[in-house]
Amino acid sequence: MIEARINKRIAPSLDSAGFSLDIEFQARSGVTALFGTAGSGKTLTFDAIAGFVRPDAGRIMLDDRILFDADSRVHLKPQQRNCGYVLQCDGLFPNMTLRENLIFAADRLPRLERHRRVNETVERFQLTGLAGRRPQEISRGERMRCLLARALMSAPRVLLLDEPSHGLDAPSRTELHRLLRAVQGDFPIPILLATHDLEECFQLADEMLVLRDGRIAQSGSPREILEQPASVEVARLLGVSNLFQAEITALDPGRNTSRLRFQEHELTGTYFPGHLLGDRVWLCVRAGDLRVTGRNGARVEANQVPAKLLCVSEMPQSVRLEFSGDISVELARNEFERQKDNKDWLVEFPPAALRVL
Amino acid sequence: MTANWFPLWLSLRVAVLATLVSVAFGLWMAWVLANREFRGKELVYALVTLPLVLPPTVLGYYLLVVLGTSSPLGHLYESLFGAPLVFTWQAAVVASTLHAIPLLTKSARAAFETTGRNYEKAARAIGASDWRVFWRVTLPLSRRAVAAASLTAFARALGDFGVTLMIAGNLPGKTQTAAVGIYDAIQRGDTRAARVLVLALSVATLAIVYAANRLGPRPVAE
Repeated sequence: MIEARINKRIAPSLDSAGFSLDIEFQARSGVTALFGTAGSGKTLTFDAIAGFVRPDAGRIMLDDRILFDADSRVHLKPQQRNCGYVLQCDGLFPNMTLRENLIFAADRLPRLERHRRVNETVERFQLTGLAGRRPQEISRGERMRCLLARALMSAPRVLLLDEPSHGLDAPSRTELHRLLRAVQGDFPIPILLATHDLEECFQLADEMLVLRDGRIAQSGSPREILEQPASVEVARLLGVSNLFQAEITALDPGRNTSRLRFQEHELTGTYFPGHLLGDRVWLCVRAGDLRVTGRNGARVEANQVPAKLLCVSEMPQSVRLEFSGDISVELARNEFERQKDNKDWLVEFPPAALRVL
Repeated sequence: MTANWFPLWLSLRVAVLATLVSVAFGLWMAWVLANREFRGKELVYALVTLPLVLPPTVLGYYLLVVLGTSSPLGHLYESLFGAPLVFTWQAAVVASTLHAIPLLTKSARAAFETTGRNYEKAARAIGASDWRVFWRVTLPLSRRAVAAASLTAFARALGDFGVTLMIAGNLPGKTQTAAVGIYDAIQRGDTRAARVLVLALSVATLAIVYAANRLGPRPVAE
């Protein structure tokens, strides 16, 4: 288990606007994703844990070892921390073959033991045919495999992966995810995964920390976070496109209903605990949860909003429709094919899909 | 009359020794400057590179004061080796070294600070000591730049004149290097001897500088 409380200020300079990191979290064995955009502090957090950056304040514990403690002035060198750190920018030594790269990482073991470990690792990570080659001669996906193998050579107590799928094509990415799940099974250590890819969080992570401007905006399982984002900023980071300012006009806990007014429309939703009548809130609906029908002169029913279709964009599996009033709807392709001749549209907001923030 | 090859031979010997010493010191200095933070770091760097711009006479004067027979260092040398350092060919090595060090330190520091930083980081993260990181990662990745700098330093050491004249003197057959020998020959009016040395030095340094430029500091792609 790793427990970290990290405070670090980086003063503004000519080439940066300055930054302040202030986070506190724990991670048990399993994958914990650090989710955030570039510049949200993911790499800085990793550098602090691995010992390349000295925090101004805080404390970092790995199992029962203190890696850093500002109060007692403990700041172990990177070499003493036993962190497997896979940097964002590759980092396989170009002047060595893959086997030599692995041997370099196992340097502290006695000769025979080292030999055995290297051979074992080469086999486990399917590097047998590649071990004699140099990093420049193999694909990005194979490099990633070797990087993971090298990071795990020294039996680390935590694995830090900085954007591992960055720059990988889709098949290599799938392969990496499969590999990471296997690693997770074989090594019961915390694996911290920095990523800006929500899908990756869902595929791999048990826990997720949403990082924004050097702070943790929300933590929880990916499903929980997507179901109930803690703030409109988190919702935006998660790619929720329908965010509207709205007002709560009725709340009925007995019947588990509520009414919301947004723009000039009235919507019925489920009861929103913790909110009061008249609250100004953010209404948050995922594009995939909305439904559309053709109006064709029909009456506007409850929870339907008439809207003009402005733009259609094709996606691999679905179609995205942009409506007037900043409403986005994501629709299965065949569903859209069936409806594409509609003249006027009604967008339907299912009550269970409405979230307020 | 056969040409006197002694000055060339001495220059070569002096330059080889000076290069060895300056490579050892310059790489260490460059590593410290590139990797350690301490107060007065840039002042140290300025002092190390000062010989590039200081008039040879000023530098020579300092060396005479520091290494002269009446100085503590001079005494130490004399008691260790039984003879004073100044006005020997070993003093010429000191003079050349002093000029070669800044060239090495400058290039090596620049190379260490730009080349392979991420590889060093990766190496430290998997537990390699600073010593191992230097020999196995930093140096191999910046070897072209270091080799080029060493060649340039060698060429510079081969042609040192001012400081050598000040502290090693101009003793034919003892401390007279090629560069000093040319000056001496011109003074004597022996243009033929001067021409031989001028030609030899020019060709040698041209070849070395050309090789150094060809090597160039071509950085390893990150």
